Amino acid sequence: MKKDIKPFLVSIYTENNIGLLNRISAIFQRRHINIESLNTSKSEIEGVSRFTLVVNITEDQMKKIIGQLERQVEVIKAYYHTDDETIYQISAMFKIKSNLLFEERQIQNIIKESNSRIVTVNKVFFVLEKSGRKEEIDLLYRELSAFGIMQFVRSGRIAVTKNEMKISTMLEAFQH
Amino acid sequence: MKETQSIKTHSKPQQSPERISGSEAIVRCLIEEGVKILYGYPGGAIMPVYDELYKYQNKIHHVLTRHEQGATHAAQGFARISGEVGVAMATSGPGATNLITGIADAQIDSTPMVCITGQVTSHLLGSDAFQETDIVGISTPVTKWNHQVTKASEIPEVIAKAFYIAKSGRPGPVLIDITKDAQFEELDFNYKKCTGIRSYNPVPKIDETVVKVAADLINKAKKPMIVWGQGVILGEAEEELKAVIEKAGIPSAWTILGASAIPTSHPLNIGMVGMHGNYAPNVLTNECDVLIAIGMRFDDRVTGNLNTYAKQAKIIHFEIDSAEIDKNVKTDVAVLGDAKSSLKTLLPLLNVNSHEAWHQKFKELYNVEYEKVIKKDLYPTKKGLTMGEVLKEINTQTKGEAAIVSDVGQHQMIACRYAEFNQTKSNITSGGLGTMGFGLPAAIGAKMAKPEREVISISGDGGYQMTIQELGTIFQQKTAVKVVVLNNDFLGMVRQWQQLFFDKRYASTEMTNPDFVAIAKGYYLNARRVSKREELADAVAEMVASKEPYFLEVCVEKEDNVFPMIPSGATVSDIRLE
Repeated sequence: MKKDIKPFLVSIYTENNIGLLNRISAIFQRRHINIESLNTSKSEIEGVSRFTLVVNITEDQMKKIIGQLERQVEVIKAYYHTDDETIYQISAMFKIKSNLLFEERQIQNIIKESNSRIVTVNKVFFVLEKSGRKEEIDLLYRELSAFGIMQFVRSGRIAVTKNEMKISTMLEAFQH
Repeated sequence: MKETQSIKTHSKPQQSPERISGSEAIVRCLIEEGVKILYGYPGGAIMPVYDELYKYQNKIHHVLTRHEQGATHAAQGFARISGEVGVAMATSGPGATNLITGIADAQIDSTPMVCITGQVTSHLLGSDAFQETDIVGISTPVTKWNHQVTKASEIPEVIAKAFYIAKSGRPGPVLIDITKDAQFEELDFNYKKCTGIRSYNPVPKIDETVVKVAADLINKAKKPMIVWGQGVILGEAEEELKAVIEKAGIPSAWTILGASAIPTSHPLNIGMVGMHGNYAPNVLTNECDVLIAIGMRFDDRVTGNLNTYAKQAKIIHFEIDSAEIDKNVKTDVAVLGDAKSSLKTLLPLLNVNSHEAWHQKFKELYNVEYEKVIKKDLYPTKKGLTMGEVLKEINTQTKGEAAIVSDVGQHQMIACRYAEFNQTKSNITSGGLGTMGFGLPAAIGAKMAKPEREVISISGDGGYQMTIQELGTIFQQKTAVKVVVLNNDFLGMVRQWQQLFFDKRYASTEMTNPDFVAIAKGYYLNARRVSKREELADAVAEMVASKEPYFLEVCVEKEDNVFPMIPSGATVSDIRLE
């Protein structure tokens, strides 16, 4: 059973209402499932929100949870995907002492090679932003932590799927 | 703006809106939804609504229960016997939290219910104000939908949605929390019933090709068996089910909440499945070649050990809620849709059949159960009264026309096993949640919904005392409900488990009980106690003949056990008869 556990990306299209996050997270909590990452945003459709989350479970569990998610009145549609079915990114920010930028030449190489971006610099600190896969961000974290990181934060995974998701058609059908 | 796009409403000739208060709007919405009776308990944050209920008392009857939990169970009893939405109301804080048990019960048993709670004024939200509690947060996992209203103008649309969601598709409880300032604020009132929500598809469209596959499987089956659940009752598909059963000649069993959909005396009705169900349908679940599940959800109390449940059979599942498909038992054919339309589509595709040899197997096993269990329960030779003979007496004297509202425990299993039903919606009990204390208030709601019917509440001495204060509601409302307590001075079902699985260590299951007759008389109810067999028939006759509420305590054998029994974790076919 353990070996069947893998990461799934869950995309949930919903109405934009207070309390829905609680309702959705309760479905995972009740089954003792940890949410690895979570992002909520607007979607391509006006007035429709999109939850994107990552969980490590079996596909059998995943299917049942999709059923439970879709049972919720304000959930329009829920999908699950494996990594290779999506294009995904996460984003991270590093706050680092500014003097290191000038004293440690290695840091400049790391920034270049990692394709990360300096967002701001002042006398005290500079902020580095990196978008990409988790492994790339983990690598950058390891490299920079040798010099000291004042603050670090990483976003939840966001993703678009390779295949079409027919939400708009579904919503249009309702109007008729 | 967004809201109006995402829901559909019943178009009524546009009336010019009236300017009224939020609290009046709440009461007017209930009246528009056809609510004539609601159950509740007043308090600070809901007082403006109670003031309007006072003004509208000729149109809507508020029943003051003695505890908010009683209000929810009464609303559930009302809903279960009538098929209509039950309504309960409470104030904020403790009033609201006291609703939770009933809401959770309604959620797991798919009972349509709308609960309205008062809430502190919106500017106090989150300030730990007096009687403030996050009831929307608390009720989220046990409601089909919930919503907090902070503006009077939202009230009509939200209440319209609440009723639509509670009743449509697979029904369930909805909670609406309304702040006190929204109750005082004025709005332009214009009520439109909700007829659709874009994110919500309550009744899946039936796929006829799937029904054909199901019909083929049923037509080819040599040993088919049906297990139906409450979906048949909620979907009002009793006639369709009967037609299917009779045409295809399929032995048909029921889950506890499916009871009464088909009369008990129907020759193809083979009894109850599950932990304390009948011997034949449990054993033969593991012998049938096609198992047809209709409006049921393969609860663990029905299936026992899933790894050995009906593994030899093809499984066909008729179900309205797609989340139930493959949840517990993998199906071979899943027919999504409401029971009524699905069975209507299925019927013409079925061949006429009788499966006589297969029926014979059920009869043989019934005889085994009769000799080992039923005879002892219904025709005992020992001195003490059995619960079964009380049920038999009630059957005889009500001729199977009564609605039986049971509580939870041994008496519930006995009631569901032995009660005879001629009419649907007659077995009202807490199935999924197993809520002790459900019975008495649920019976009040049932009797008020159907005053013309005989409604008999059957409780044990344990559960009865969890909501015993509702005798006050019975007295005040003069609700002619008949209240039977089967008293064995024990929490009988737990005691049975202690006997069987914990070497008779009766930890906290023996009850030192009060004088139940004196308590009933304290509420000015007619009351009688029976402890001898020769008095039983006369007492039941007196109870059934009474036009007023009546309390009957029957002192039964203290340490009787309920059999058959599938020990938890065991296989259905390993059901024990003793």
